Amino acid sequence: MSKEKLLDIEKLTIHYVTDDGVVCAVNDLNLSLDRGETVGLVGETGAGKTTTALGILRLVPNPPGKIIGGKIFLDGENLIAKTESEMRKIRGNKVSMIFQDPMTSLNPVIPIGEQIAEVISLHERVTAKEALKKAEEMLEKVGIGAERSKEFPHQFSGGMRQRVGIAIALACNPELLIADEPTTALDVTIQAQVLELMRGLKKEFNTAMIMITHDLGIVAKICDKVAIMYAGSIVEFADKYDLFKNPKHPYTVGLFGSIPNIKNDDDTLKPIMGLMPDPSNLPSGCPFHPRCEQAGAECAQVVPANVDIGNNHFVKCVLFRKQEVE
Amino acid sequence: MTEKLLEVKNLKKYFKTAKGLLHAVDDINFSINKGETLGLVGESGCGKSTTGRVVLRLLEASGGEVLFNGEDILQYNKKQMSAFRENAQIVFQDPFASLNPRMSVSEIIAEPFIINKKSMSKTERYQKVKKLMETVGLASRLENTYPHELDGGRRQRIGIARALALNPSFIVQDEPVSALDVSIQAQILNLMEDLQKEFGLTYLFISHDLSVIKHVSNNIAVMYLGKIVEMTDFSSIFKDPLHPYTKALLSAIPIPNVDDDLERILLEGDVPSPIAPPPGCRFYGRCFMRKDICKDVTPELLQVSEGRYCACHVVHGQDG
Ligand SMILES: Nc1ncnc2c1ncn2[C@@H]1O[C@H](COP(=O)(O)OP(=O)(O)OP(=O)(O)O)[C@@H](O)[C@H]1O
Ligand SMILES: Nc1ncnc2c1ncn2[C@@H]1O[C@H](COP(=O)(O)OP(=O)(O)OP(=O)(O)O)[C@@H](O)[C@H]1O
Ligand SMILES: [Mg+2]
Ligand SMILES: [Mg+2]
Repeated sequence: MSKEKLLDIEKLTIHYVTDDGVVCAVNDLNLSLDRGETVGLVGETGAGKTTTALGILRLVPNPPGKIIGGKIFLDGENLIAKTESEMRKIRGNKVSMIFQDPMTSLNPVIPIGEQIAEVISLHERVTAKEALKKAEEMLEKVGIGAERSKEFPHQFSGGMRQRVGIAIALACNPELLIADEPTTALDVTIQAQVLELMRGLKKEFNTAMIMITHDLGIVAKICDKVAIMYAGSIVEFADKYDLFKNPKHPYTVGLFGSIPNIKNDDDTLKPIMGLMPDPSNLPSGCPFHPRCEQAGAECAQVVPANVDIGNNHFVKCVLFRKQEVE
Repeated sequence: MTEKLLEVKNLKKYFKTAKGLLHAVDDINFSINKGETLGLVGESGCGKSTTGRVVLRLLEASGGEVLFNGEDILQYNKKQMSAFRENAQIVFQDPFASLNPRMSVSEIIAEPFIINKKSMSKTERYQKVKKLMETVGLASRLENTYPHELDGGRRQRIGIARALALNPSFIVQDEPVSALDVSIQAQILNLMEDLQKEFGLTYLFISHDLSVIKHVSNNIAVMYLGKIVEMTDFSSIFKDPLHPYTKALLSAIPIPNVDDDLERILLEGDVPSPIAPPPGCRFYGRCFMRKDICKDVTPELLQVSEGRYCACHVVHGQDG
């Protein structure tokens, strides 16, 4: 099967302008994704993951947020150039999103079946009855009996609410699904159920997915590619196997050194020193250099180029510049 | 020579609720040796925090014994309790909620000395605070800052410094790193390990994260709906889990390793309500190994082999 590009983000930059200064949440971010493929977007608190997702959907709250520059091509069309009414046709239809806390996206006073049907009616020419029928099918697909479609969100557990969120997001068979920490609020056994469900549905519908997470274990389980995000930009991007076996960027290496490994009895943690930088006051040069044990004088001065070290493995670090000439 | 610092016997904590009696902690037994860590792991609502609180008598138990150095602290009078409180401390998940926002870092760390009416001069107290800040890795320039100005990792360091102030021998760590990013989490876990070695501390370490629990613990107790279902030393639980719930929990952890293709056990359904639970095994409804007996008879936590305990009819049946 030939790979076909679905999403291509070029130099996306998003700021929040606040009284306390300008928060540079996303800086010159590049990311691309093929049809049906899953990329894990990994980073710690404040790295800019959610802002990136909201940027793709053009839902960055404005004010204070503003897309400063860049292009987001979906199926070859630049979303940044779309009007709001065009975007409304795209959201929930071609691109949809699942949030960490499904309660924030569910309406507490509308039965869940109706909420799913609403999304379907918005994007497809169907009668109300057909929409409701399709909604019930979606519920069955996420493992909730159709007979519960008249119940309200609070009557469901956290895991089931997240399933409803998934049903809504997939109701119109989107080409791209953005899942923002969809299982962070769930217990591990429930998380395992939800991840398994997402993996199955993704395959069935051939949906591409951006899986936002801080958990490298989740990435190992369900992603094809991995993008490691730090201070608003992607510092390393590679095929999952490449990245796990051969992490290159000192930040990525540090992340792996920070997680206790249950497969290994001798697991001395090698934490990254220091703290995430304040995005309203980013360091010059490489944003990671103040915490980097391998940083040289140059790292404080130049923003490293994004270098392909082979096999579509990209690293933004001067240590890997040598290969640039090849 | 190992010596028990804490021994918990038939401990129970029930809450009265509108819908009935909630069995938050239901007849549990465990002990912790001096200088060691018992990891208490389980999913949300299984009773971990309640256990931690009852053991320190921040909540009154509904029944059972909490032996600390051989004495049942549940029988202690007020005076004995205040001595115990100095010796046994707690660190919470969200340090922010437990830190007074109007107090500076040094005031917060000094507070235990004042509350417990330690007679010492101001300079002496200041010296102690400085030393504590150094011990937990807080730069001295932060002494006059306020909690809201600091990140989660530093706030947790304040919580730890305060817990250490009165030279305790025992600390309940209630999800101390769960709110932190992994790179910061690793810093704090290493700090706790160092402190344990330096001061010979004993920990009851509560977490829902089995990989963290494994990293810090000597022994591990797995809790499910108010009951301990399995208790064992840290390595065998991962190599050879006995209880079906432990098996499922382990297989549910996403391991950051791309070669891993463990067979996954997906549990059906959700955790049932802890209110007026029926007799029988609490895990019955979700169990993939259940037998008829499990429905009506509550399994006891019994020894399976040296140092290994499990509460499961099926496991015991197979063994004998
Ligand atoms: N509405 C807003 N106003 C001002 N700053 C904001 C706003 N939303 C986000 N930010 C800031 O932008 C930066 C990136 O935030 P974002 O939520 O995208 O991070 P994230 O990677 O999703 O983090 P998390 O893992 O905590 O969800 C942070 O510093 C955050 O404080
Ligand atoms: N003060 C209280 N009154 C009534 N019920 C309570 C009270 N405190 C806790 N509970 C209940 O007791 C049970 C155990 O709660 P506990 O907080 O000990 O769980 P936990 O294992 O620490 O969970 P988590 O991982 O979410 O922190 C839960 O069902 C909880 O709702
Ligand atoms: Mg986010
Ligand atoms: Mg708790």
